Amino acid sequence: MGLQESLASDKFVVTSEISPPKGTGVEEILANAELLRGRVDGINVSDLRSSIMRLGSLAVCHLLQEKGLEPILQMTCRDRNRLALQADLLSAAVLGIKNVLALTGDYASLGDHPQAKPVFDLDSVSLIRVIKKLEAGTDMVGNALSGRPKFFVGAVVNPGGNPVEAQIIKMEKKIRAGASFFQAQAVYDIGAFEKFMKRVAPLKVPVLAGIIPLKSAGMARFMSKNVAGVFVPELLIQKMAKAEDRVKTSIEIAADLIKELKGMCQGVHIMPIGWESKVPAVLDAANL
Amino acid sequence: MFLAQQKPLEEILKSLVGKKNIFILGCNGCAEAGGTAGEPQVLEMRRALERAGKEITGFSVVGFLCQKTLVQSSLQGKAQEVAAADSILAMSCGVGVQTVAAVSDKITHPACNTISLGKICGEWNVFERCRVCGDCVLDLTGGICPLTACPKFLLNGTCGGTTKEGKCEVDPEISCGWLLIYERLKKLGQLEKLQQINEPEDHSKMLPPKGLLLSGRCPVERGK
Repeated sequence: MGLQESLASDKFVVTSEISPPKGTGVEEILANAELLRGRVDGINVSDLRSSIMRLGSLAVCHLLQEKGLEPILQMTCRDRNRLALQADLLSAAVLGIKNVLALTGDYASLGDHPQAKPVFDLDSVSLIRVIKKLEAGTDMVGNALSGRPKFFVGAVVNPGGNPVEAQIIKMEKKIRAGASFFQAQAVYDIGAFEKFMKRVAPLKVPVLAGIIPLKSAGMARFMSKNVAGVFVPELLIQKMAKAEDRVKTSIEIAADLIKELKGMCQGVHIMPIGWESKVPAVLDAANL
Repeated sequence: MFLAQQKPLEEILKSLVGKKNIFILGCNGCAEAGGTAGEPQVLEMRRALERAGKEITGFSVVGFLCQKTLVQSSLQGKAQEVAAADSILAMSCGVGVQTVAAVSDKITHPACNTISLGKICGEWNVFERCRVCGDCVLDLTGGICPLTACPKFLLNGTCGGTTKEGKCEVDPEISCGWLLIYERLKKLGQLEKLQQINEPEDHSKMLPPKGLLLSGRCPVERGK
């Protein structure tokens, strides 16, 4: 079952994420992806995550596709203008890649090439519209295509955005533009997320809550302080601080969050950020 | 107004390697107002270059370094000093540097980096407010320009990177432009404007009309 079918069914959907390496050594990420076989409904392949130059998302998605896994191609607007984005979408289509996650992207100066020219010719909303136009058989300015691509388009939302109203307005725009599902920023504050889900329920679009396993109390504090829209309750920070076995506690926390989220949203998106090999243990602990 | 910023002295000296005798040009236009090329800065540059072993053959602070006639007459008035120089150092924006280069047979070195058109659209200082994009959407954004207020030039609302303090994750010193737009529209009771999906910018409009690209409009050019 592909991601689209999974989301159309009643099941609790799980997606996870791998980040291509800096270089051509793909053995490790392919092994990590293999651990997810049969356990998740889709695997995001990030697009130069954190604006760090790496192997491209499209090539890795192709490798996953060849192995019969279900890749989700992340596409940001940071590095490519409208010509290159459309060309890469067509390239993805001929490689059989169906799922595309459209994002604006981190700013260039935050990565390892701060000298790079930030492109942002399109934004996430206009990128989604462009994808829909390609599907309708023309490029974004209306020239006919020979052969139409078909995609399943997702987008992101930050439930802790400041202010959340602005995030919801943009979420609605993404839906009108053609987004069929959402992956959300990391959630630790269940109460706040529940409120968010109540507000977006009328939009009737699947939302996968973000799960980032906490690696340490320090990481939890850092994210809470520095990552926009992320709030880690003190209780969880203390749990990590007191943990005898950090990995075990981290997995427990992630699994508990997933269990609590189960009644609230259509699934979870697990972003392991280096702890890819621990995703199966999180799923085991969450009975998924 | 063009806003420029003086290059680090090491960079200027690197550009002047092998050039012993220098003539310095300041500008009493935007560059003077911006604090990069008035007489005090020119004199300071002269001292700095002399300390670095350069010979300053002379200097002049021109009313507007972007005004060809003014630059020409100023250089003629200092013909000997200019002739004795290997190079000219222009402490203005890029337009000034190009003007000097166009009327002089010396290599012109820029002492500044031009960083903004600044308040070319008016007299409201401090922040850049117009990027001369040719595709204005200010009516949709509560009168706050998303191109200058948002580093990602977003046209369809905030990214997820607004900090708890309402700042931009790219630079904690600046407010999130889209938060400012949101607050302005909310105050005006026009939040529905945020729901409109805006087309990507038409960058072809950024190119000035051909007539403006040709410099034949200027009497000085025509008299050549």
